[in-house]
Amino acid sequence: MRAPRWPIWLLVVLALVAELLPLPAAMQPLRPAWTTMLVIYWSLMWPGRFGVFSAFLVGLLVDVAHGSLLGQHALSLSLVAYLVLRLHLQMRVFPLWQLTLSVFALMMLEAFALLWVDGATGRAEFGIGRWGPVVVAGLFWPILMAAMDRLRERLERRDSSFA
Amino acid sequence: MSPFPSPADSEGRAYRNASPSLRFFVTAILSLALMFLDHRGTYLEDIRAHLGAAMYPLQVAINSPTAGARWLRENLALRERLISENAQLRREALADRAELQRLAALQAENARIRALLDSKARVPDRVVVGEILAVDMDPLRHRVILNRGGRDGAYEGQALIDASGVVGQITRDQQASSEAILITDPDHAVPVEVVRNGLRTIAMGTGDLERLSLPFLTRNADIKTGDVLVTSGLGGAFPAGYPVGTVTTVDGSSGDAFLEVAARPTASLDRLHEVLLVFQQRGTAASVVDPAPTAATPVVEPAPKVETAPVTPPPDTPTAPAEAGATPAGATE
Repeated sequence: MRAPRWPIWLLVVLALVAELLPLPAAMQPLRPAWTTMLVIYWSLMWPGRFGVFSAFLVGLLVDVAHGSLLGQHALSLSLVAYLVLRLHLQMRVFPLWQLTLSVFALMMLEAFALLWVDGATGRAEFGIGRWGPVVVAGLFWPILMAAMDRLRERLERRDSSFA
Repeated sequence: MSPFPSPADSEGRAYRNASPSLRFFVTAILSLALMFLDHRGTYLEDIRAHLGAAMYPLQVAINSPTAGARWLRENLALRERLISENAQLRREALADRAELQRLAALQAENARIRALLDSKARVPDRVVVGEILAVDMDPLRHRVILNRGGRDGAYEGQALIDASGVVGQITRDQQASSEAILITDPDHAVPVEVVRNGLRTIAMGTGDLERLSLPFLTRNADIKTGDVLVTSGLGGAFPAGYPVGTVTTVDGSSGDAFLEVAARPTASLDRLHEVLLVFQQRGTAASVVDPAPTAATPVVEPAPKVETAPVTPPPDTPTAPAEAGATPAGATE
């Protein structure tokens, strides 16, 4: 039997909550983009069960939760998932520091995709609000990875297709 | 074709994502189409409203710790503190009532004079108290979620004020809740006038909660630091006469044809908790009757409201906006 997928979606909802939790105004630009990190992790480590379509759905949820243009995060997150799926065999053998750097690069690319859409709809902004989350997410990646690895191992033990 | 030549990777894991390229192509087209529809037209309004309504339980859950903390603070407050707070509120209410008496007299006088001038009488606006959920939306844009929606009579474009000034307006009605834009959002503009001389212009949001920008003032415009800006009522979205901001800097040093004027919003936009949804009443003074307040929607009738400016200033009386703008008591302090 295959491992259930609902724990991932539960994590996605938790990540959305973490992105919406009220923070003091000074800390708001430093809030990491948890949903993007989740998409990167699960499409990197579990490409059979979490791919471009899942990332697209996560992106739609993010768009609704943030009140941004519908499809904006859907596009950027499916782009991220697509790149991870293309590169995951290389990325998995990276040492942690190298992996963190590539995650950072992917998130930067996502920020550029979002900026491109914002620019096309006439609200381009280059503030700390755009780049702060990318930098902080890079710092949080090793922690997230350690936590997710434990969950994934537990899930995989229940999954005969990984045997 | 497929980037994965075998159905399993080096660790022997099975794949279902046979062709991520094709899938990405599909999602990219889909999201571009969605963005186009969402940006260009109103085709997705209903869908977005429903999606937003589906999000509301999550937002309430996120808001609950803040609401719980407030409840605890109110219920576990010390008796002495409550007594002193009560005494202070009583004093404030007394002072406000005295002020209101003066305003009532002024309003009667204003109505009389307007009748003499044969212009339409203004009616006070009805307001409903709404609560802002403690939910942070997109950090680049200033949007908030209110716990009042179409069910409570809220509508798109409705003006929001707080005790000290204009807050923003409702952008999306989601039945039980609604999404609102603050006046400091870069996508927002509010028509204002300077109380001192009735100079009309537009205040744009900057993305900074402490700053509005007035980009359309020519170098010879009569504006200076400390000038109070109130809504002009032009455009119809905001009722006239509510304070918007105070001019903080006037910079004419750049070689442009326009001044660089910045203002600080009067409303404390970073500490918002409760806002008032303003129901503009157009018509004659005879229809000031308020529907009975229900328990679900606490309706507040602001007795003689700080509302004296005409909706459309008559063009043949150029002094009217200046006089009218100077009357609101809250605006001049």
